Amino acid sequence: MAATMQVEVVSPERVLFSGEATQVVTRTLGGGEIAFLPGHAPFLGALVESHTRVTLADGQVLDLAVHGGFVQVSGTTVSILSDQAELADQIDRPRALRAKERAEDTLRREHDAEAAAALARAHARLNATGGIGAAAGAH
Amino acid sequence: MAGGQERILRGRIRSVQATKKITRAMELIAASRIVKAQQRVAAAVPYSEQITEVVKDLAAAGGASQSPLLAGRDVVKTTAYVVITADRGLCGGYNAGVQRAAEGEIKAGVLKGADYTVIAVGRKAEGYFRFRGYTVGATYAGFSDNPSYAHAKEIGQHVMDLYVRGEVDRVELVYTRFISAGSQEVVQRPLVPLDRATVAGGDGKGVDASGVAADFEFEPDPATILDTLLPRYVEARIYAALLNAAASEHAFRQRAMKSATDNAEELIKNLSRIMNRARQDSITTEIMEIVGGAEALGGETKKVRLVDVAYESSN
Repeated sequence: MAATMQVEVVSPERVLFSGEATQVVTRTLGGGEIAFLPGHAPFLGALVESHTRVTLADGQVLDLAVHGGFVQVSGTTVSILSDQAELADQIDRPRALRAKERAEDTLRREHDAEAAAALARAHARLNATGGIGAAAGAH
Repeated sequence: MAGGQERILRGRIRSVQATKKITRAMELIAASRIVKAQQRVAAAVPYSEQITEVVKDLAAAGGASQSPLLAGRDVVKTTAYVVITADRGLCGGYNAGVQRAAEGEIKAGVLKGADYTVIAVGRKAEGYFRFRGYTVGATYAGFSDNPSYAHAKEIGQHVMDLYVRGEVDRVELVYTRFISAGSQEVVQRPLVPLDRATVAGGDGKGVDASGVAADFEFEPDPATILDTLLPRYVEARIYAALLNAAASEHAFRQRAMKSATDNAEELIKNLSRIMNRARQDSITTEIMEIVGGAEALGGETKKVRLVDVAYESSN
């Protein structure tokens, strides 16, 4: 059996996910995407909005939209702390699509930090539920 | 007349009974919400524990952050008190306890020449401090029995803003800590600036003695991570306080409503006794009157008296 590590995704209100996994892919602030495998060196990073993937011990992939937060790797544990994170099956995809269009609309007219953040969140949500490409046809 | 008194008593018993129904319902609702609130307190623990751990790791790694949240002020002139109470009353001494603690602290500070501002969370705190003429800054209300992280974020952002802009030099949290359903205590905790003692104190365990951090890789650099982390940490602290306060509020309300229900029961019992006595008195008086009347008719036979009574009642 392949080596596994303990993965926890924690939001302030509850523990979203806790279990054994073989790989975690997320995105750090300024560092791009990063993957953690069992036995990774101790690591601390700040996260940006991203589609985070957790490959479970049985080969299944758990999709999450993580909107900022932190990742801590120490020993055999990977913890993702985020004040806003959602599992793919909790995401309202049509709503994310609408949010994306609204944000893009705003950004075409003016530069607005809030709209840019909303767009990043929408992208993370859409990616976690099948990708932005699939979005165009799906609606 | 005696009959009138009986009617008044009956009315009072009815009103006490109605009140008892309400207090009983509130008691049951509070009891069921304690459990839910307790679960939410427990659910928030992993996040705050881990974020505390990350802060410690960063601090140990010498993340020499320039974050203003870490820098204490040499002269503490203005203190912001975040006072967390309920939106509603009917919860015994819950609000009074927090208010008294905060007020005492403020008065002690004022005597020493310090300035203050009250940040009222919950309608009761706002009303209390406004009525007494204290300086009330921001107020938050409407979520005391069911706070969400977004609320904590809003409050957190406001107090950090105040601190960074230099309007206050210290932020203190005053709230009721939930220990168990049977015991809660009013506590005051320093929130900002964060110093090592604050970080270790938290709302839970102290720092472990080892304090030796593994060689962490950082991305981006430790200082930047710490800068983004500290606001989250402050928010998590506020969130924990809000949840504790909500659970305590339910516990206090349950106790208060239980004793109100018990008192109502006692009152109903006493009133019923008085009412029964009054009714008995009026019956006795009536019989006496009838007997007296019959006697006055001049010692007639038994038969006549019986006819008299039948005549009275058929009327």
